[in-house]
Amino acid sequence: MAFALTPERENELQDILTRYPTRMAATIPLLHLCQDQNGWVSEEVIQFVSQKLDVPPAHVQGVVTFYTLFNQKPVGKHQVWVCRTLPCALRGAGDVIAQCEKKLGIHVGETTKDGKVTLRTAECLASCGTAPMMQVDKDYHENLTPERIDAILTRLQES
Amino acid sequence: MLRRTDYLTKVYALGHSLEVYERQVQGYQAARKVLLTMTREHVVDEAKKANIRGRGGAGFPMGIKWSFMRPHPTKPAYLVINADEGEPGTHKDRTLMELNPHSIIEGCIIGCYAIGANVAYIYVRDELHLSKERLWGAIKEARAKGYLGKTPFGKNYPIEVHVHTGAGAYICGEETSLLNSLEGRRGEPRLKPPFPAQAGAFGCPTTVNNLETIATVPAAFMLGCENYSKLSALHHIGDGGVRLYGINGHVKKPCVVELAVGPTINELIYDIGGGILGDKPLMCVIPGGSSTPLLRADEVVNAPDEKSPLHAWHGKSVMDVPLGVDTMRGVGTMLGTCCITVMAEGTDPVLAMLNLMQFYHHESCGQCTPCREGSAWLDRTVQKLYDGQGTTDDIALLADLANNIMGNTLCAFGEGTAMPALAFLKKYRKEFEAYATGARTKAQARLTVD
Repeated sequence: MAFALTPERENELQDILTRYPTRMAATIPLLHLCQDQNGWVSEEVIQFVSQKLDVPPAHVQGVVTFYTLFNQKPVGKHQVWVCRTLPCALRGAGDVIAQCEKKLGIHVGETTKDGKVTLRTAECLASCGTAPMMQVDKDYHENLTPERIDAILTRLQES
Repeated sequence: MLRRTDYLTKVYALGHSLEVYERQVQGYQAARKVLLTMTREHVVDEAKKANIRGRGGAGFPMGIKWSFMRPHPTKPAYLVINADEGEPGTHKDRTLMELNPHSIIEGCIIGCYAIGANVAYIYVRDELHLSKERLWGAIKEARAKGYLGKTPFGKNYPIEVHVHTGAGAYICGEETSLLNSLEGRRGEPRLKPPFPAQAGAFGCPTTVNNLETIATVPAAFMLGCENYSKLSALHHIGDGGVRLYGINGHVKKPCVVELAVGPTINELIYDIGGGILGDKPLMCVIPGGSSTPLLRADEVVNAPDEKSPLHAWHGKSVMDVPLGVDTMRGVGTMLGTCCITVMAEGTDPVLAMLNLMQFYHHESCGQCTPCREGSAWLDRTVQKLYDGQGTTDDIALLADLANNIMGNTLCAFGEGTAMPALAFLKKYRKEFEAYATGARTKAQARLTVD
């Protein structure tokens, strides 16, 4: 089925288009809007963005496959990203990842069976001074302790 | 020399609103003065005197970069702010966006005027949702006050500032990748020349400044640019002003702090960071983001030549040399982003290198073969050694791979991968050999301090 933005997001797109001298420049912001609505970037979303911005679908596909944050397949309701890069690793990121895997019963890169949580590792999220950390949807959780991780994941499981 | 300042950070504890910014630190007075009383040329000349070395890592003097911008007969100019903070170990720009967003907007106003632009784009990595929200909030407030828009401060010089978001790609912190990403393309670096000042965003003359660089501009103009430069202990070698310093890794109190340019690593670790976890001895420090070669705790400065800028520290520990663009170059590394990653004795250097090579492998954009293949091969080869399946030949192979990336790629990502790899290999040769001979195994490998 063809994809379309909600009226609210369509308005936001119109606002975005005023900021740039080209329509192509709205590719990444528009893909974010679509993914916020759809959860992932489907073939229909690529067609939609292509038509909206008057750029070839292959261009949109190229952008989608380049950037880590665009989901090329459906993901869980909540996104958990644990930073694994050295400054966090020095402060115990390895243990954070292990705890998340155990508590959620999945490996990094997988989604829980009930579709609630997708667990992934992230490269440096600019939070090295408050390591270890993880991002849950749009929020940063910093200076993690086993108790806090447990509470955060329990909340997601019960959501 | 350790000297705390609060030009950028005074409002951190007071609030991020325009009202606080104006009342507490005379916010927008510098932009007002610049727009209403100075010519473009005058602004650029003044900016040069501030000796602001780019805060993003390369350390290029900001005023000189601004002076490369020439009015084009038909094309507009753009100011683009790099807030794609993603260099492992770097966590300073985020604090500015969250806690002092108006300094960035005011810096953009001055910057736009200086380079002849009417539009500034702040490119923020997508993950920083709070930062984007604060920046948009600040733009809205500044627009409502008439500081942005068609006639900022009543001057007939339109200025708009927009926030643009990335989508999770470290390479977009490289300025030409960032421009491609801003234009809605894959974030692959461009061949230079043309440099952005000739053909940048949308093919138009563009200046790309780091976020902290632009945020420090209002303070420089408030104080007078020369006075601002003189705050630094390294003013005499053209490295001026104040900076944010980050301290992370194995210290008791990781943080971001504002200091006059020129503290030493030892001062950051012990006076600001509270010392090392468990009071362990220091093993090494990555001085300014993972792409800067590490410094071992036992390294000493070798500068017998009296003409060397480092001669004053000849025979002393590298940890006691003031952090500056040229001083760090002098000790064989780079200043980078001024955020130090501290590793205590007992940290496994092979595992640390593996962690970073996994990072570079993941983040290589894939455009240049030496980097795409080389970063993957480095990752696999360190992994092999770490797994106890490597030989001493693999250590030579690692150095060979790194040397074949250096200088053979479009952008500095190649060097950013190869230089730290070579530093690990050279400075921890014994540990790599121990893995190759089986004298050391991954069962004992630790990155954390117990």
